[in-house]
Amino acid sequence: MLTILFWVFSVLMLASAAAVVLFRNPVNSAMSLVLTFLALAALFVTLDAFFIGVIQVLVYAGAVMVLFLFIIMLLDLKAETRRRLNIAALAGGIAVLGGFVVLITHVVKSLPASADHFPTLARTGYSDAYDIGMTLFSDFNLPFQIIGVLLLVSTIGVVFLSRRSLR
Amino acid sequence: MPTLGDYLLVSGLLFSIGLAGVLLRRNLLIIFMSLELMLNAANLSLVAFARHGVTAFGLPDYNAQVLVFFIITVAAAEVAVGLAIIVALYRLRQTTHVEDLNRMKF
Repeated sequence: MLTILFWVFSVLMLASAAAVVLFRNPVNSAMSLVLTFLALAALFVTLDAFFIGVIQVLVYAGAVMVLFLFIIMLLDLKAETRRRLNIAALAGGIAVLGGFVVLITHVVKSLPASADHFPTLARTGYSDAYDIGMTLFSDFNLPFQIIGVLLLVSTIGVVFLSRRSLR
Repeated sequence: MPTLGDYLLVSGLLFSIGLAGVLLRRNLLIIFMSLELMLNAANLSLVAFARHGVTAFGLPDYNAQVLVFFIITVAAAEVAVGLAIIVALYRLRQTTHVEDLNRMKF
């Protein structure tokens, strides 16, 4: 059962991720990106990371994608017109990409733990929000506060950048 | 049962698709979406390693999941700032096509 779910959601995620890159209309790309994030959240759940899966749906498929769609519709972007292709750049990009795929496949295959099945957990089917909260507020309390400052700074930065006249 | 290698391979392919978008597309917003794909690929491999490296209590390694939580937070902040920059750029130049933005090109 888990195997079937893993392959279904993996193929769904990779296909919709490819659609993000291939669609010419930005709105279609954004909708494919929502599907990618939802399939990725399902993959997190197959890895027993329930809290991360929920956060993925709320933050990425919810907040971030609303922001993307809002900006696409604010700027009123149409489908890209076809332009003369830069053959050298295209060939270079595909060469880099092919090399990267070969490299990453080789690295994953040569990893000693690659063929390992996941060990069984002591407890299954429980909420892991409690354990993540304990880790977050004890071992990672200072980074958590720094992230809060980062969010404040980025909010101020966005307000500054959105002013009518930039000085 | 899917192995650790399966998850890492899927994560690597997702990263490659994101890299393809950054290298081959010419629309700033699509490039930005591809960056998000690459960040999510990193998250997937982190969660897979968290499930693989079970602690002495028989639970997943929550340190990795906290790192994923931080990555999601930073990515959300990055999206907000990046889109504000794109809007400011669009106001100035009325384009999001990278080939039209060549003032700093050598």
